[in-house]
Amino acid sequence: MKQFQYIRPATQQSVLEAIAKPGTKIIAGGSNLVDLMKHGVMSPDKLVDINKLPLRSITPSKSGLHIGALALNSQVAEDKQVKEKFPLLSMALNAGASAQLRNMATVGGNMMQRTRCPYFYDTTMPCNKRNPNSGCGALEGFNRMHAIFGASDKCIAVYPSDMSVALAALDATVLIAGRKGQRRLPFTDFHRLPGNTPELDNNLAKDELILAVEIPDNNFAKHSYYLKVRDRASYAFALVSVAAALDIDNGTIRGARLAMGGVAHKPWRLTEAEKSLVGKPATLASFEQAAQIAMQGAKAYKDNAFKLQLGPATITEALQHAAGLV
Amino acid sequence: MEDQNNGFLADENDQPKENPRRNFLKQTSLLTAVALTPGVAVKAAENHFDEKVAAAFEKLPLNLTVNGTAHKLSIEPRVTLLDLLREQLDLTGTKKGCDYGQCGACTVHVDGHRVNSCLTLAMMVDGKKVTTIEGLAKGDQLHPMQEAFIKHDGFQCGYCTPGQIMSAVACVREGHANSEGEIREYMSGNICRCGAYPNIVNAIQEVKNGGQQV
Repeated sequence: MKQFQYIRPATQQSVLEAIAKPGTKIIAGGSNLVDLMKHGVMSPDKLVDINKLPLRSITPSKSGLHIGALALNSQVAEDKQVKEKFPLLSMALNAGASAQLRNMATVGGNMMQRTRCPYFYDTTMPCNKRNPNSGCGALEGFNRMHAIFGASDKCIAVYPSDMSVALAALDATVLIAGRKGQRRLPFTDFHRLPGNTPELDNNLAKDELILAVEIPDNNFAKHSYYLKVRDRASYAFALVSVAAALDIDNGTIRGARLAMGGVAHKPWRLTEAEKSLVGKPATLASFEQAAQIAMQGAKAYKDNAFKLQLGPATITEALQHAAGLV
Repeated sequence: MEDQNNGFLADENDQPKENPRRNFLKQTSLLTAVALTPGVAVKAAENHFDEKVAAAFEKLPLNLTVNGTAHKLSIEPRVTLLDLLREQLDLTGTKKGCDYGQCGACTVHVDGHRVNSCLTLAMMVDGKKVTTIEGLAKGDQLHPMQEAFIKHDGFQCGYCTPGQIMSAVACVREGHANSEGEIREYMSGNICRCGAYPNIVNAIQEVKNGGQQV
């Protein structure tokens, strides 16, 4: 690992001043950043450890739940309020990483984690995300894990977080601090599609800090499910994952939320499929139809055509679990 | 000898009052710093902040407690907790498997919670309490989980075992050892390439069902 300086500021103001300087990088849990630094993919001159900031608590907000950016993944997954109000988030968190990593990783760090595309990690390979304009190794390479939605000819990598798929489905908001004040961003607008600038994973500016995510109250707690399909039963990244949440009244669907992971450069919210479910009976036929709608516009590459079948199958099964049909 | 050190001795001749060895160390550490961190260091060196540059890349103070023993240390910020334990504190029970957070051989407890020490910068456990496999037994009396691993033959080559045991103790403490399925899920961060998994599960179940204090 390249040498670097390390500071541990005690206030938000001093963190914001420090991260505005070039070569600096925030460290929270470090479970992805230290890995990337060991691989030489990222090599900051200075790490700004933000663990002294009071951003670890999970508290009720006016109309939902406020989760501090430094809340640990294990802490959120086990939190009583989260399990009661948003079990989907708890399920998604527990589907990610290992118990050890969940004890290290924070909410903000999970949002900021980078793709596990092997061409991004291998510094001998071309990668537009790691080294802009060097080309994309995955486009013509081994692309079994890669995107089927929203990719560009510059990048077909997928975003790896499970937590973020649930937060996208749950209409969460991100609270962000900058030197000029705070702003709020819908969670679904936080991450970006690759387009011509795949080096940008998200819309957080270099001199900004994630403070928290907020989830509004909803009626989905009774009927939600996170289904993750992967190469082994646990501790692997998703081939395809689905966050499904339904509001069912006497067998009829009043509202639905659906998002997919492992298929795009950001959590892939399925709004058309959601709309198609409203007013329909909570049955397998409704779910299969929604799954077909969800897959419109999907495009496979050389090695990932299986995701075109696995995608709708996973959506259908997740919805069946959410509805309590299986 | 003179030939080999020619460059540095020439510099020495310009500054006869300084200790040659000390000057050599100063210069080489500065050169290393400059070579490894072009942006920050070169700019600073141009402004004649050489002493400050050297200081910036030297060691930082770290206080932590490992297995009940308090340590006052001075470390480079890039040292991981795993390397600190093994290389500086001679606690080699914690194993380096993959070194990238994928195998769990390096699992230790920080303030009672299991973490991968290979992805933990030592500076980030400042002021905390670390427990390693060496800290589980009480003198000659093994921890119940260590006893159970021996009884159930929960290992073959043994390389992953310290990490498995640290993780297993945490798994029981967290309340995630209620069924075989739950144990397998919450132990998935510890890979055993010998495939001792069924015996590891049996060992954990025995400790959990025994209701002993872990």
